[in-house]
This record gives sequence, C-alpha cells and structure tokens, in this order.
Amino acid sequence: MIWILFFAFIQVGLFSVGGGYAAIPLIQDQIVNIHKLMTIEQFSDLITIAEMTPGPISINSSTFVGMQLGGIPGVLICTIGCIIPSFIICLLLAHFYYKYRNFNGVQIVLSSMRPAVVSLIGSAGLSILLIGIFKDGIIGVENIQYIETILFAVCIFLLRKYKANPILIILGSGCVGTILYLLF
Amino acid sequence: MKKNVNANTLWNLFKAMFVLSSCTFGGGFVIVSLMKKKFVDELQWLEEEEMLDITAITQSSPGPLPVNASVIIGYRMAGIMGSFIAVLGTILPPMIIISLISLCYEQFRTNPIIATALRVTRAGVAAVIVDVTLNLANNIIKTKHVFYISLMIVCFIAVVLFKISAMLIILFCLLIGILTALFSNRKGVA
Repeated sequence: MIWILFFAFIQVGLFSVGGGYAAIPLIQDQIVNIHKLMTIEQFSDLITIAEMTPGPISINSSTFVGMQLGGIPGVLICTIGCIIPSFIICLLLAHFYYKYRNFNGVQIVLSSMRPAVVSLIGSAGLSILLIGIFKDGIIGVENIQYIETILFAVCIFLLRKYKANPILIILGSGCVGTILYLLF
Repeated sequence: MKKNVNANTLWNLFKAMFVLSSCTFGGGFVIVSLMKKKFVDELQWLEEEEMLDITAITQSSPGPLPVNASVIIGYRMAGIMGSFIAVLGTILPPMIIISLISLCYEQFRTNPIIATALRVTRAGVAAVIVDVTLNLANNIIKTKHVFYISLMIVCFIAVVLFKISAMLIILFCLLIGILTALFSNRKGVA
C-alpha cells in the first residue's frame, strides 16, 4: 500500500508539467481510476479543499490523500514521492543555469524568455483579479462585488504608494474583507 | 553560489519559504510574485532577471512550481543543503494545514466564514500580483528594446485571449531565443 502510494505520486510529480492544475487529472488517474483508493466524490472534495487552502495544489492533494489513506506516514510518503522527481530535475537545471548563465548565447536565449514570464505572471494576476471582483468570475456590471473591488483598490494603492509588505496585504485583505462581510 | 554556508543563511531561507508558502493562495505565480518581493526587493539575495529566469525554468520543469523555485533558490544560496531546507520550508505549511483540515474537512468545507475569508483574500492576492507585474513590465519597457516589449505584449495576448498554456509560451520564447542567439552569432555580434 505504502509503495503503491509512493510510486503513484512519483508519477504525478514527474508528469505534471506546467503548474498545479496539470497534476489534478494525474492524481485522479492514479488514485481513483487505477488503484481505486478513493471514490470520485471523495476526490472532488479533496480538490475543493486543495484549491481553498494555501500551498501548491499537488502538495495539498498528496497530503490529503496520504492522510486519508495512511495517516502521518501516508502524508510523508505521498508528499516525498510527489517532489522527488522535481527535486532532482530542478537541482540539475539549477546547476547548469548557474554554470552557463553568463555565456553570451545563453544570455540572449534567457532575455527572450523573461518578457514571457512577465506576461505569464501578469495573466495569472488578471485572472485572480477577475474572479475576485466579479461574482463567479463572470464579467458584467451586475456581477461586481463592491467589497472586493474596494479592497483591491486599497491594497494596490498601499503597495504602489507605500511599498507595503505583501504578506500583510494578503492577510489584511482576508481579515478586513471577512469583517466587512459579517457587518453588511 | 556562496561557498561559506552558515546556519544563519539556512535559517533565513527556511523562514522566508515557510512564511511565503503559508500565504500562497491560488497557484504558482502567486508565490513567484511573493518570492520576487522577498528575495529581490527586500533581502536583495537575487537579481530581478535571475528571478525571471528561475520562473521560466520552474515553469518548464515537472512538479509543483513553488517546490521547483525553492530548489533553485535554495541551491543558489547554499548548495544542495540549501535546496533541502528551502523545499522543507515550502512544503511544511501546506502539509500541516491539510493534515489538520483532513481530520474535519466536512465542517471546513461547509463553514461560511472560512469560505468568505478565503474568497475575499483573493482581492489582496490579486493586488500583490498586479503590483509585481507592473514593476516587472515597467523594467522591460525601460530597456526600450522594441523586440522584447512586443514579445511581452504578444505573449500576454496569447495567454489571456487565446488561452495558450504557459508551458507552450515558455517553449516558444525559448525557441525564439535560440534562433536569435544563432542569428547574432553568425553576424558576429555576440
């Protein structure tokens, strides 16, 4: 059982290229379809919670699956399995990056990738912003959520003008927003 | 890479990763924005361009983005030991939080106050990412390099309007970069 989990999550870690959402179908395949360790209902609860809580979705899911199926040892086995492939691969990539990054050719290649990364970060911000401001993420005047909109405006003002600490901004917006919702 | 690794560096690395990971609601690019603020702006451990390179590498490697970024930043600061410590800091918060929640997840999932808190937090998260994006985009524009500015705009449109995957965008720009490098080599510019 422990080994099944371990190898299942090594495969999840190895084949989930390009962010957490790529991992969900892989985990479903391993845990629900192949090894039948969970029902699809349990699995969809798991995804809901993994998305709600902080942390990478694949780590959240592997911890949740591990806890449900094997307690604390299960958590360790699943999570370690999930990160072993990326640990080894990224260590190698980091090694080569720091060895060769000052080469002229490598610099030119990297320079073309930086604007793309900026766009990707920007588009992630935009999609979270749209989900935050519009109810259910559907764009339209009638769907504007005023408390979130005002919160966003205040946060961005504090960040741009006073270089506020981002951690405080995130936690603060959660606290202030919840209090506002409870009051109104 | 720093050769004289001391316990202080490792502790700071662990602490930084632990705090960032605890606050990462909603996907890998949130933690990248936070890492940029922390390691580039505040601690000045990394250069801005280095952080963008690390993001490109993590996005194109398998596995969770925050873990990948921790491996590389940890390696940069303190070698393989640094990678271990950084990854530990990144995975501990979600492991602890989820382990606790999984014991009573029915109550957690249906509690309206928790749901509200998690929902409104997105406003703050969005503000942080937008702020980081504006700074990064501004620096690209400041280079006055028309090619890179257009590349940034084209990529943004491709992701937002045409929903092209982040992986493909990075690979596409990698290809463009390789072609540019080959071309400039042949002309003897490089």
